[in-house]
Amino acid sequence: MAAKKITLQRRDVVARLLKDRGDALLITGLGSTTWDAAAAGDHPNNFYLWGGMGGAAAIGLGLARAQPDRRVIVLTGDGEMLMGIGSLATIAVAAPANLALCVIDNQHYGETGMQETHTGHGVDLAGMAAAAGFRRTETVWTKKDMGAVLPTLYEAPGPVFAAIKVTTDPVPMVLPMRDGTAIRARFRESLLGERALD
Amino acid sequence: MAATRTKKPKAPDWPGDIFRTLKDAGVAQVSYVPDAGHSQLIKSCLADNHIKTTRLTTEEEGVALSLGAWLGGERSALLMQSSGVGNCINMLSVIVETRSPLLMLVTMRGEWGEFNPWQIPMGQSTQKTLEDAGMIVYHVDRAEEVGETVYAASQVAFNSYRGVAVLIGQRIVGFKDWRK
Repeated sequence: MAAKKITLQRRDVVARLLKDRGDALLITGLGSTTWDAAAAGDHPNNFYLWGGMGGAAAIGLGLARAQPDRRVIVLTGDGEMLMGIGSLATIAVAAPANLALCVIDNQHYGETGMQETHTGHGVDLAGMAAAAGFRRTETVWTKKDMGAVLPTLYEAPGPVFAAIKVTTDPVPMVLPMRDGTAIRARFRESLLGERALD
Repeated sequence: MAATRTKKPKAPDWPGDIFRTLKDAGVAQVSYVPDAGHSQLIKSCLADNHIKTTRLTTEEEGVALSLGAWLGGERSALLMQSSGVGNCINMLSVIVETRSPLLMLVTMRGEWGEFNPWQIPMGQSTQKTLEDAGMIVYHVDRAEEVGETVYAASQVAFNSYRGVAVLIGQRIVGFKDWRK
């Protein structure tokens, strides 16, 4: 089977995903997806990872279980997701209805020299999530699919998973705040108010 | 009197002490990779309607999950065997860098009376590794001190916002004696 052509641009995709985010809580995986979220506009409900590769999905799980009435979106890259691939099984079993994983999949390790990841060699992340037991999974290749994936990520009963295939076209670097303690404190204050100071 | 002298003292229920301590400390989430030493505690957590349990595929997921729980305003605890500590090291950086609580309860292998040589390397480096990664470490070797040690650790974790590991010695957990 010939590989499908990838045309979606990561910054367009992430801007579209976050445009109507409402009160959703966002965890971003280290590297490109953290820069993408910053480029789409800083927000106190963003928790930016600059490290802990492989941990984004599990952080999203802990948050989703603590805040069952809020939608939690994990936005991460294919390399970051692969490093924490066991968390697909963990999340499927925990079955949080309010958790959505969204992998911005450019099939490369963008921060380390653009080496290819497994996803360009046949590994189907959405298929792995489906096999683990996610309630809905999608792989997005076109702008048309993009429109359909938004209700999945924001409204469908979770856990849900979407891999969005994007090009490797270079994008400007946009860096958000990076002091982990400040990011944690701002996020908690935005979510918990005075209780954040307990 | 002879009867009372030969009567074995009641063994302290240290897993029960941990469970009650976690409840007292307001722990709402418990994640775990199974370990024989933690089996009673895991059962107690699974049976409790107010504790959300998460079974993990690897211990580092539990470190990340604890940060997520804290971001969402909940206290959590992470249960594992000492061999799992090695799986956590890089993920501990998110706890240290964000100055968030982490309460790790680690049952030890590879120390007191270990029969499996493959357990020795990680068991012998567990405490040093955790300390090098920025955790505060309490090692407890007496069953009757487990409850108070976990309580002290929970205070440091949740009130001083630090990663704390309690190492529950193999002397407490017990070891297989292959002469028997």
